[in-house]
Amino acid sequence: MPSLGADMTEGTLVQWNVKPGDSVKRGDIIAVVGTEKADIEVEVYQTGMVEKLIAQPGDKLPVGAPLALIRIEGKVSTVAEGPAAKPAPGPTPRVHASPMARKLAQELGIDLAQIRGTGPAGVIERHDVEAAKAAGVPSPPSPPTAPAETHAPSGPLRAADGMRHAIALAMARSNREIPHYYLSTQIDMSKSLRWLETFNQGRTIENRLLPAALLLKATARGLVQVPELNGFWIDDQLKISSEVHLGVAISLRGGGLMIPAILSAQAKSVEELMAALGDLITRARAGRLRSSEITEGTITVTNLGDLGVETVYGVIYPPQVALVGFGKIMERPWAEQGMLGVKPLLTATLAADHRATDGHRGAQFLQALDHLLQEPEKL
Amino acid sequence: MTETEIRKAIFDALHRIAPEADPQKIRPDETLREALDIDSFDFLSVLIALHERLGVEIPEADYGQLTTLSALVQYLSRKLEASPGKVG
Repeated sequence: MPSLGADMTEGTLVQWNVKPGDSVKRGDIIAVVGTEKADIEVEVYQTGMVEKLIAQPGDKLPVGAPLALIRIEGKVSTVAEGPAAKPAPGPTPRVHASPMARKLAQELGIDLAQIRGTGPAGVIERHDVEAAKAAGVPSPPSPPTAPAETHAPSGPLRAADGMRHAIALAMARSNREIPHYYLSTQIDMSKSLRWLETFNQGRTIENRLLPAALLLKATARGLVQVPELNGFWIDDQLKISSEVHLGVAISLRGGGLMIPAILSAQAKSVEELMAALGDLITRARAGRLRSSEITEGTITVTNLGDLGVETVYGVIYPPQVALVGFGKIMERPWAEQGMLGVKPLLTATLAADHRATDGHRGAQFLQALDHLLQEPEKL
Repeated sequence: MTETEIRKAIFDALHRIAPEADPQKIRPDETLREALDIDSFDFLSVLIALHERLGVEIPEADYGQLTTLSALVQYLSRKLEASPGKVG
């Protein structure tokens, strides 16, 4: 059972995509695993042949428990090998459904919680959703208007609120273990927005860029210049990643969030980052993320500008060592060379782990971000 | 294309983005993004869906006009009158 989150202790095998005897290569999706937050597609990290499926759909297993045996050039290896973790009691588990069933239910507006799955261990499958549609199963309820925090502190977690539980564990650990420091800067976005406008003018609507793509690119380039913010704090030391895997905070429609990563973002163009972002958002909300996207993020980027937020003070996702926050791009008075004008300004914030870096290095990153966004044509 | 058909195309596009919401309950003058809690990526996806279904070109400069349901319906009606686009 792979670890698909900072505080994941166990997961449920939802389905196998392979059978004994199948050849698999690195990156193939071989199974779907259900966690408190979502169902995740599990990739295999070796090339070989499936020797044996150890776990069965519906099995709830601790992180580290072997799921399958893969024969690699004569050698047998386990999928998700590692020390078994102690299972922890948690809230009522979320509904487990195959990715196809989840996608279909979303398209049809059907509440998965109302369906009884006929798959292994009650997993909901596509035909269950189709049958539910025929039977007139209702749509899922609207998300609650009151935040979960309004519940009495000593009361039980809401049923099926595994997502909230998982976030609570990770964020509590972050605030407990990570000495955060915060820096922010205002960035003049005039040049970036002008460049975007020109770029988008010549393109059909599906090929246009959002400002978010530029911000992701600038962040990735800035991290190449200040790599100490890109990596993990493990075993009391900073482990810098040579690749920038940008974790993007994506809010889910039913509440909660996922932080899947755009892998190797430093090597992607602005257009590629826009496409990758769109793909990630779509799959995150459809419950079709891959394990590598969940586990390999080296930093998190969160953008709350769409909701009018000016400044983001984020909580670092452990074991990462930094989080970059972007607020709303707003027209504001701006003095330059003694002249007062109006400019579109963006507040960029850095939350960083003081064990890994000092404020000086963090400031250099924000400075790099600013410089990069003043020359968008070079991004 | 009638206003009812345009409205249906909009509701279908919104339903794909916010399947749990009932677009019929949106007031004509309500800000769509706030009413449905959709972000800029979702909103772009809605416009792409409308472009694909109705064949209407929506320049980026016009995005700011399309904040409410009534504004969107009127905008698409005008565009379709000028250039009939696709049917269905």
